[in-house]
Amino acid sequence: MAAPKASLYLVAPIWKGGPRGIRGLSRTVAPEGNQRKRRTVLQFLADRFYDVQALREYLLRKQVSKVHQKNRSFTYVKEQYGPYIAAAYFVLKQGGAVKFQGQEWMRPNGRGRFSLEFFKFQAVPVEAVDASGCAINYQGLDNLLALKELQSLSLQRCPHVDDWCLSRLYQLAGSLQELSLAGCPQVSERGLACLHHLQNLRRLDISDLPAVSNPGLTQILVEEMLPNCNVLGADWAQGLKLGPEEQSQDTARSIPA
Amino acid sequence: MLRRALRLGLGRGLLGRGLGTWRGDSTLDWDGKVSDIKKKIQSVLPGGAWNPLYDTSHLPPEHSDVVIVGGGVLGLSVAYWLKRLEKRRGAIQVLVVERDYTYSQASTGLSVGGIRQQFSLPENIQLSLFSVDFLRNINEYLAVVDDPPLDLQFNPSGYLLLASEKGAAIMENNVKVQRQEGAKVCLMSPEQLRNKFPWINTEGVALASYGLEDEGWFDPWCLLQGLRRKVQSMGVLFCHGEVTRFISSSNRMETASGEEVTLKRIHEVHVKMDRSLEYQPVECAIVINAAGAWSGQIAELAGIGKGPPGTLQGTKLPVEPRKRYVYLWHCPQGPGLETPFVIDSSGAYFRREGLGNNYLGSCSPTELSPQEEEPDPGNLEVDHGFFQDKVWPHLAQRVPAFETLKVRSAWAGYYDYNTFDQNGVVGPHPLVVNMYFATGFSGHGLQQAPAVGRAVAEMVLEGSFQTIDLNPFLFSRFYLGEKVQEHNII
Repeated sequence: MAAPKASLYLVAPIWKGGPRGIRGLSRTVAPEGNQRKRRTVLQFLADRFYDVQALREYLLRKQVSKVHQKNRSFTYVKEQYGPYIAAAYFVLKQGGAVKFQGQEWMRPNGRGRFSLEFFKFQAVPVEAVDASGCAINYQGLDNLLALKELQSLSLQRCPHVDDWCLSRLYQLAGSLQELSLAGCPQVSERGLACLHHLQNLRRLDISDLPAVSNPGLTQILVEEMLPNCNVLGADWAQGLKLGPEEQSQDTARSIPA
Repeated sequence: MLRRALRLGLGRGLLGRGLGTWRGDSTLDWDGKVSDIKKKIQSVLPGGAWNPLYDTSHLPPEHSDVVIVGGGVLGLSVAYWLKRLEKRRGAIQVLVVERDYTYSQASTGLSVGGIRQQFSLPENIQLSLFSVDFLRNINEYLAVVDDPPLDLQFNPSGYLLLASEKGAAIMENNVKVQRQEGAKVCLMSPEQLRNKFPWINTEGVALASYGLEDEGWFDPWCLLQGLRRKVQSMGVLFCHGEVTRFISSSNRMETASGEEVTLKRIHEVHVKMDRSLEYQPVECAIVINAAGAWSGQIAELAGIGKGPPGTLQGTKLPVEPRKRYVYLWHCPQGPGLETPFVIDSSGAYFRREGLGNNYLGSCSPTELSPQEEEPDPGNLEVDHGFFQDKVWPHLAQRVPAFETLKVRSAWAGYYDYNTFDQNGVVGPHPLVVNMYFATGFSGHGLQQAPAVGRAVAEMVLEGSFQTIDLNPFLFSRFYLGEKVQEHNII
């Protein structure tokens, strides 16, 4: 299954300079500062017609509810088969992969189909989940947090995983040894600060996080916070190049520690 | 055809005139005139700036269903929920009157921006839980088509409350209540505390409670701007002015026991424009008092508290401005990334700010010595001696690394301090029947604003609290003398 679209744009920006001709006389009314803003035809219409505006608001709500729909928990499966099966079903449905203890990795095929034979592993705990590129959000994480034997969790490139999600991972503190957050567009250093609960962590991947302001410094601080953990991430010198004066005193501090 | 002929004629006319003596001159002039005329036409067209009569676009409307006094985060939240819960789109017209458009003195922007569930009252915990849900889904609640998503900068680092021997039993009880309400809080012994946060000196600490989820701090300015943007897109009107007068009518009534009461109803609000003597009477059905630290004055304007003492008429709104300082300091050896929002048993508090070993914190004056040392709330000047004498000793005692620190900056802000019981006032006034309060939160108004806004909107639209029962926070408790005591006020 292909990674879900991360974009929140409702329409492709077609016919960029178009509205300028239509606007005609009203051009002076529009603020000059908005010239740089990308304006689409739909945006222009939404500014002037309530119907279009309401339609666009409706579409926006629809998009949000779609993510919610994907992240609802499978209460029936959970009641019938227990938390492991429910979590595995949830992850496979999203297009991720699951590994039961002592079993092979299970993944859906190219069309997103998967066999339901894992329903017999009711008593077998799930030890690894690879949810790379899935549309998991705060609510969807509920399913995974029930896995008390989870050792490895990969949330690479998940568009809806944010700092709020990271603040809930403390529930897995007892077992989690490997965590990968590489490429999550919404994870920042504020969320990484909550990972201090995960003292059993041996390997943490925080590379390629666009929302982190100082990747190098953040990595150093995370390493300091989790002394037993091997933190993969940006090269620590990366942040230094951005602002040499600013960074130098902070790195100087971490050396004696 | 006609156009071509016209153009031809015009061209010829130009040409003809051009053949005269002042050729160059006239063409230049003509060009200037054309653009002049164009501008004139543009401004005269509907929606243009030119108006032959007196321009009143800066004045608020003459009628508005609801007038919200105070455009801070509470006022905007009430406006948001009123518009969201209205039965039909555009059914209610809402006007927000804000005196200080730069929000230079507003408590919203000057606050530390913390949110926690570690209160002792179930109502406060519920309010916080609702608000944290709002903040988590802020981009769904406050989504505006075509505007970029809000970046709330929420730091989910949790709150760490420390209790001395004396406060340990109360803390245990509080945590029990918090867990019942659904907050994720754990208790820690000094031993556990030392293991988890080695930089804390646990001397004098008997018990600590630590919020695991949904607690931390965020950017209040972002919430304010997000609410403003959304509320504006929903059709709420803003006005830059000050409420100077309420015009109300009163009628006498008799209660079942034979007592006479005077019920008042506000009909008009006079909004004085900023830096001008001009004012506009706004006819309204409901007034919402969300003026924060100054809501006591607004209540007085409406005649609340003007009566013989001891009666309901003579009961004032006990909300007054109190000045609180916040200091920002740098400490190279200070605690690291895992630092939560720490609240010491002495009342001093601090939190991490950014990554560069900067910390932010202070102490509430009343926590140390009651009443007499309250700073003058007339201005927002910072007393640096207060940090030296009152805050630093406690901080350095709790976190030894803070013995060497350097204060980088400081500011002061107002608390809308409820002198009666330090809790919010929500809901209608019993005598001035169409004035609703959303004020008096004594420093936790920001974190509870989304929920309080909803509660007030429900009260206005439905006549009762629907989501969270806030009946203990009604105004009548001041008259009845029923304090709702909150133990965790910082």
